[in-house]
Amino acid sequence: MSDAPAPVGVGESGNLVEIRDLYYSVGRRPVFSGLNINMRRGRITAIMGPSGTGKTTLLRLMTGQIRPDRGTIIVDGLDLAGLNRAGLYGLRRRMGMLFQNGALLTDLDVFENVAFPLREHTDLPERLIRHIVLTKLHAVGLRGAAQMYPAELSGGMARRVALARAMVMDPDILIYDEPFAGLDPISLGVILRLIRQMNDALGITSIVVSHDVQELSTIADDSYLLSEGRVVASGSPEELHANTSEVVRQFMNGMADGPVPFHFPAPDYSAQLLARGERRRRRRI
Amino acid sequence: MQQTRAIEIGTGLFVLFGIASLLFMVTQITAERVGVQRVGYVLTAEFENIGGLKVGAPVSMAGVTLGRVIKIEFNSKDYRALVEMRIDPQFDKIPNDSDAAIFTQGLLGNQYIGMTAGGSETFYKDGDRIELTQSALVLENLISKFLVNFAEGKSRSAEEAPK
Amino acid sequence: MITLLRELWRSTREALVQLGRVFLFFLQLLAFTPAALMRMRLIVHQIFNAGALSLVIIMTCGLFVGMVLGLLGYDLLSRVGSEEVLGAGAALALTKQLGPVMTALLFAGRAGTALASEIGLMRATDQLSAMQMMAVDPVRRVVLPRFLGGVVAMPCLTAIFISIGIFGVQLVGIQQVGIDSGSFWSQMRSAVELDDIREGMVKGCVFGVACSLIAVYEGYNSLPTAEGVGRATTRTVVISSVATLLLNFMLTAFML
Repeated sequence: MSDAPAPVGVGESGNLVEIRDLYYSVGRRPVFSGLNINMRRGRITAIMGPSGTGKTTLLRLMTGQIRPDRGTIIVDGLDLAGLNRAGLYGLRRRMGMLFQNGALLTDLDVFENVAFPLREHTDLPERLIRHIVLTKLHAVGLRGAAQMYPAELSGGMARRVALARAMVMDPDILIYDEPFAGLDPISLGVILRLIRQMNDALGITSIVVSHDVQELSTIADDSYLLSEGRVVASGSPEELHANTSEVVRQFMNGMADGPVPFHFPAPDYSAQLLARGERRRRRRI
Repeated sequence: MQQTRAIEIGTGLFVLFGIASLLFMVTQITAERVGVQRVGYVLTAEFENIGGLKVGAPVSMAGVTLGRVIKIEFNSKDYRALVEMRIDPQFDKIPNDSDAAIFTQGLLGNQYIGMTAGGSETFYKDGDRIELTQSALVLENLISKFLVNFAEGKSRSAEEAPK
Repeated sequence: MITLLRELWRSTREALVQLGRVFLFFLQLLAFTPAALMRMRLIVHQIFNAGALSLVIIMTCGLFVGMVLGLLGYDLLSRVGSEEVLGAGAALALTKQLGPVMTALLFAGRAGTALASEIGLMRATDQLSAMQMMAVDPVRRVVLPRFLGGVVAMPCLTAIFISIGIFGVQLVGIQQVGIDSGSFWSQMRSAVELDDIREGMVKGCVFGVACSLIAVYEGYNSLPTAEGVGRATTRTVVISSVATLLLNFMLTAFML
């Protein structure tokens, strides 16, 4: 139980985010039981795992949207538990987050969407806002789409606009929640390139949550594999590929059956087929 | 930005429309005059029974509205109703022996005070009391009077018939 | 039997909890209002959405309600020979009861559902979470302007409904049936008092607050799924309608 591998870079002071002994449950169901993760400054850290392991919950814990039952989360030296609402909001201004579907505001056009954080948090003159917005849009290659509305954009374009918006306040941390889901190969390549470029060019720390093993392996510096609420493997992508644990191998190689079973728990097959007059039980919703 | 400007104008028009409707309602469908009039002179009159007369009821002569009832009180000394009315200043030549009676508009309408001109050469002035008054006709009294007359008429013709 | 009672008790408790939450939400919105008035543009935009865009349905229904009232009133009053009071009776009915109540129900159906589904959709597509992540309070930015928009729009719509309704009454009464225009208006004028208008407008404001509050609350607290948005919209209409009629009874009794 406690032969969870040691997190990468333990003891290094170059960690932007440190998660120690995180416990969190939803109702009776434990989501995390003793999670330990380090995210190094200036690097891309990948968080991987099967669906439902609570990767998005982890992000919400890290941004202070929900509070853990036990354990500490330290972001850039600040313990999240000690921050009040103003402190949290101040911290979030230094983070940029890319949501799964882009989460652009549908009643604003692309320009206004990217300008949104600037308008809400700063008093910058209009000229300056225009300058910044167009620069960010140019960085993601969508400066020409500034007048379009989110409904007119393809999935990949929407996500790029969301990336521009996440970057517009020049954050220290960029968080990507399933950025590759549902993209065609070209858009995939574009996003991958952008993530790596932004990270290196701007010196920020990136955290990517995904289960696209192949894609992530190409850009991640450090990876963590979560399963059943704790870290089962960590290290560089190569180290994870070489890992011999069954759980890790099933995930990394995409095997249909293994520690995560193929069959949902069911009664004996032959017994159910041969049984006659079986009443179908309706689940009371 | 043009769209925002259009929306703002539209909203302004809408709110204006709402306020205009409210003003329409206040001025066109009520009888209240916004701002109480204090012009004109006051006359009083006592009635045995004012029936359904209400404050604000018109006071008219020959069908023309001269003023309005402004106060209705109970005179506990002689157990009659005391009515105050304000007459428009332009009607300052009402003979001071004119009488006031309470009539009903239509069959089931509101009640009002109707004045009939007398022959005096002196006119009413502010604070005068109208001496000759006639109370409202109460339906029940009318009916009972009618029935009594009817019965008397019948018995009289019954007396005369055999002759 | 016991299970029935237990269910009843559970439902009642649920309803009380909901009522408490709605009221707390309302207080929160009130607290944010003074600051929100600095950003008039958002509120103006929402007044347009809730009010100006509802004009067509309000005016159309107001006209038809007025005309039906005229026909009904004429039918009833001609049986007792008092046709001239048609204007007075219809105006009183419209101003005190039909106007505010029908406007509120129509508002809940058109603007209330729009508010609930807009906010619900934003929740379902993570837009509200995104705003929170960008350190913008979605209640202040999205919910409050819509609430205030509805609160301002409703009294205006009520006044418009009543006025158009009276126009409809006279359309039937004077033009179609042939009541004398002079006695129509003078009867109305002597019957309707300022207090009646006040009653109607107070109701309009109260209903506006109630329906807008319910709409934004349901939208904001909807489940972040497509089904959740649909359910929130349905609940908005149902709860707004019941609340309107309940409040109408209370206000009518109180102001009598």
